[in-house]
Amino acid sequence: MSNEIMSELRKDYIYNLMIKGEREDGRKFDEYREITIDTNVIEKAEGSARVKLGDTHLVVGVKIQTGTPFPDTPDQGVIITNLELIPLASPVFESGPPREDAIELARVVDRGIRESESIDLSKLCITPGEKVWMVFIDVHVLDDGGNIMDAASLGAIAALMTAKLPAQRFDVGEDTPVPMRDVPVAVTAVEIGGTIMLDPSLNEQSIAGTKLTVISNQDGGLSGMQKSGVLPLTTEQINYIVDISIEKAKELREKFLEI
Amino acid sequence: MVKPEKLIENGIRLDGRKPDEIRPIKIKVGVLNRADGSCYFEFGGNKVIAAVYGPREVHPRHMQKSNSAVVRYRYNMASFSVEDRKRPGPDRRSIEVSKVSREALEPVIFQEYFPRSAIDIFVEVLQADAGTRTAGINAASIALADAGIPMKSLVSACAVGKVDDTLVLDLNKDEDNYGQADMPIAMTPDGNITLLQMDGHLTREEFKEGLEMAKNGCLMIAQMQRAALLEKYSSLMEGEVNE
Repeated sequence: MSNEIMSELRKDYIYNLMIKGEREDGRKFDEYREITIDTNVIEKAEGSARVKLGDTHLVVGVKIQTGTPFPDTPDQGVIITNLELIPLASPVFESGPPREDAIELARVVDRGIRESESIDLSKLCITPGEKVWMVFIDVHVLDDGGNIMDAASLGAIAALMTAKLPAQRFDVGEDTPVPMRDVPVAVTAVEIGGTIMLDPSLNEQSIAGTKLTVISNQDGGLSGMQKSGVLPLTTEQINYIVDISIEKAKELREKFLEI
Repeated sequence: MVKPEKLIENGIRLDGRKPDEIRPIKIKVGVLNRADGSCYFEFGGNKVIAAVYGPREVHPRHMQKSNSAVVRYRYNMASFSVEDRKRPGPDRRSIEVSKVSREALEPVIFQEYFPRSAIDIFVEVLQADAGTRTAGINAASIALADAGIPMKSLVSACAVGKVDDTLVLDLNKDEDNYGQADMPIAMTPDGNITLLQMDGHLTREEFKEGLEMAKNGCLMIAQMQRAALLEKYSSLMEGEVNE
């Protein structure tokens, strides 16, 4: 993503707007682009969501099947998150195994869901030590318009909230919803020339030296954080981002995830 | 290993440390002959070794940048470094650790001095005991200086976490496994944060307090890094004067 080609003129233009307190698309610094989330868009998946965040477009599919638990957690289900930046979504994405950008995105989405304990893993146990539910969260990015992180995280939680454990199909009882306890929301900020802004567009993301993603829960607590990019941040900047991210996450959660 | 009933008793952690204390550190500068710079770093039970090669030619060629050096960082865990043998080679975790560690060091390197060249940093974890990425960054920072790479400052890294509802500096293995949060950070001595990750549960207030604790930890480590470099290079300088 960092090797996105952008003309120096456009960089200058965006930078100068920033100094005047404006953004390319007229948004406020803490304003998100338009978000639409549609759930159950893939009937074959146990849960799914299509997210549009401005120009960014992705589909999250949740597949659930039975499997054997890990030896160190015999009474807990398994969550596996994967995200691929396929060449369909951007001229700079290449085919082949996921690279560090994709791996980082997937691992941060995963961390948000896992560390917030949003899924009650103990309720995913069918027979301790033998059979548990395995939840595969796959993020398919279709169009990269910037800030895939927040779109993927919204999509993952939206898909999980509508997902069902296919118990009938696996002959282990009645279908039930995935046991959810919390709704983590990721909010990503970038810093450009000393200004902090949320939900970076593709151009803003290309100019910014550093992104900070803050994942917060329903109670306003933090469950994950990731700084990504080569420029440092000061403590003041980080504390400011944490504060506005928690507020923004609350807003996104109420508006788009109907909590 | 089962979860200990208490990880902190009467304000003292299982390994005898106070909450704001870091584990013992041992540093050796210039331990490898072939590398341009190297460092052996012990951080509690962690034993890591960092080597720096470069600036040197970039292979593959298409990776080179016309206006600056490329910095590459490979974090690798030895198969014998952990309890259950780790399958050798990069996995998703080590690719992510490599990425964030590289980004933790890049801000201090004067990359623009070496266009079309590569600065390669290799970190091998010989023994892991929670906090390997921070140990790796601490070692790599010294190895870069040892290689004579122009830098704005050193980078120091340290984690803060939460166990038994108490914020503690520099988690050990049990605290990492059974604790409630883990937040590794790296920073320059003037307070610029170059790495920040967090997982677990922290309130906004705990986060702010934790960040300050981790910064103090980094400052303590920075002094030791500096001392280790001075130890090697001040003796060399004295030698020259005597001649």
